[in-house]
Amino acid sequence: MSGFDMIMVHIPLLTVVTPLIAGFLMPIVGWIDRKLCWYWVMAIMFVVLLMASSNLYTVITTGTIHYELGGWKPPVGIEYVIDLLNGFVCLIIAFIGLMVGIYSKESITKELPNKIIPFYSVFLLLITGLMGMTITGDIFNFYVFLEISSLSAYALIAMGDRGDGVVASFNYLIMGTVAASFILLGIGYLYAVTGSLNMADMQNLLPDLYNNNNKVVLAALAFFMVGFSIKVGLFPLHAWLPDAYTHAPSTASALIAGLMTKVGVYALIRFMFCVFTPAFVFDITRMAEILTWAAALAIIIGSVLAIAQSDIKRMLAYSSISQIGYILLGIGLANLIGMQGGLLHILNHAFMKCALFLVAGAIFYKTGIRNIYQFKGLGKKMPVTTLVFLIAGLSMIGIPGTVGFTSKYYLALGSLEEGMWIFVIVILLSSLLNIVYFWRVFDNIWFGHPHEVEHIKQDEAPVSMLIPMVILAALCIFFGLFAYYPLHYILEPLSEALIGSGVGP
Amino acid sequence: MSEIFEFIAAEYNYWIYVTLMMIGFYAMIAKKNLIKKVIGANIFQTAIFLFYISLAEVEGGTAPILMHGHDGAHAAHEVIYVNPLPHVLILTAIVVSVSTTAVALALIIKIYQVYGSIEEDVILAYRKQLAPEFSEHARQKQEGEQ
Repeated sequence: MSGFDMIMVHIPLLTVVTPLIAGFLMPIVGWIDRKLCWYWVMAIMFVVLLMASSNLYTVITTGTIHYELGGWKPPVGIEYVIDLLNGFVCLIIAFIGLMVGIYSKESITKELPNKIIPFYSVFLLLITGLMGMTITGDIFNFYVFLEISSLSAYALIAMGDRGDGVVASFNYLIMGTVAASFILLGIGYLYAVTGSLNMADMQNLLPDLYNNNNKVVLAALAFFMVGFSIKVGLFPLHAWLPDAYTHAPSTASALIAGLMTKVGVYALIRFMFCVFTPAFVFDITRMAEILTWAAALAIIIGSVLAIAQSDIKRMLAYSSISQIGYILLGIGLANLIGMQGGLLHILNHAFMKCALFLVAGAIFYKTGIRNIYQFKGLGKKMPVTTLVFLIAGLSMIGIPGTVGFTSKYYLALGSLEEGMWIFVIVILLSSLLNIVYFWRVFDNIWFGHPHEVEHIKQDEAPVSMLIPMVILAALCIFFGLFAYYPLHYILEPLSEALIGSGVGP
Repeated sequence: MSEIFEFIAAEYNYWIYVTLMMIGFYAMIAKKNLIKKVIGANIFQTAIFLFYISLAEVEGGTAPILMHGHDGAHAAHEVIYVNPLPHVLILTAIVVSVSTTAVALALIIKIYQVYGSIEEDVILAYRKQLAPEFSEHARQKQEGEQ
């Protein structure tokens, strides 16, 4: 075996380990020269993006990758499994990580000049945690990575606004600890009845227990559902989310809003479909029905609360709660079209919400304003930034030609197929509410002129901040026009595999 | 009556873990003092550790150390061991719990430096009334008027 092949074999592991080691080397890099930190992060994120693309390419061409850590055979040893679902999510994590990384250069230099080294160190640890959660095929390993990503997120949020950021971080820590403890307890229950920690092995062992109406398995499912609902910020359990998103540094907000909840949703899908079976979750316990109704409630209430906000980051945070509802609605419908809509919305929401938070950060960088009613005249001052906001905002509303339309259309079709008219009404109503809260911002940016309008000079954000925003906005339109590619190559076979057999593809 | 007592006594380890967990959960929700919340979180996590460890117990089992027979050969099949895996898992979980506590305590120090208190209601009142620069609502109202 040549040297290149030897490295290629270990790529699933390296995707997780590279940012981990690089994160711990960050203090040395920063000690040599503080300016090197950003280049180091860029290099690592680029390598991670290449490895994530290579993983997904291998999965599409040759099928699921199984990687045994240390050569121990799966039911005993830890196994990393990459199939279409987590290959897809990994690529999103690596891509958003790279975009936010490019953006962070100017933003962090201004917002946290004394904390550059710890910020980037924790940044890479967060990527490690999210990658690990996504790739691993072992549920205890999953718990450890969940805690790595959560602890990094607490640290990132605490670096934000003085006082408010720390309190938000502490509240998130308490909620997050409860969630992680519930998940740990659920893992313990499943281990007690199956004696295994491997996801695939567990799925083979569990069905015998369903028929006997085993109470331990039911309790485990309940613990997982509540734990993950806290992690993704599903409506009644969302209390930590708005404060955490609002008071984090701009860069961290974009990263956490774009990725943390998406990976939580991925984990929920993984546990529902690949640890338990769809038959158990949907038919025997009807847990999915509760999930779908909670999602519908989240869609409406998230949008209504977003209208009431005057801080742009807080408005976007509440909008996140409603968007998470869309994804879970698609999953809960559990038919082919609804599922595709939900999975596509993971991709869409990562792009749109990341772009919107980056814009909010760029405006804050230039003007120090976060209040929507003070945005008057910004359209003239920062034309590119506000144009990105317009595109991402329209996509969030669901205008045809943008990504948001495609996923909402699929979700509506999926609801119709189930005969659930009420969900179509929910989606339409929420789109109208989206128009209300985004229009307020558009209105202030372009049509609200302060008195001294002729004195406004063009004062655009730095190029390194514009590039990722423009790329994300362009992708919002690209995938709106060409949604066929992700749907045909990834999401269609994936949805079929998830719903059909219940076994991972 | 005696049946209920026997029912509880037979699985007393689980009853202890559930009781401890609820004590911890209560402290995390109801206590206003931030340090007490962290202590509650610790009790909660320790209760889960206890559950895992009691899960590993095998009746008449001994410590999972490989023993040698008289002729020097392994005698693993002659001795009953307790299950070592949950112990190993909990070692990892203890590390996680310690790091969570460390982060939480560091945050509490920061909170004390900014607000001068670790009582939740005092902090909330401080954010709302005493110092407008820490209260988002007041800050935005001020900004909006300018």
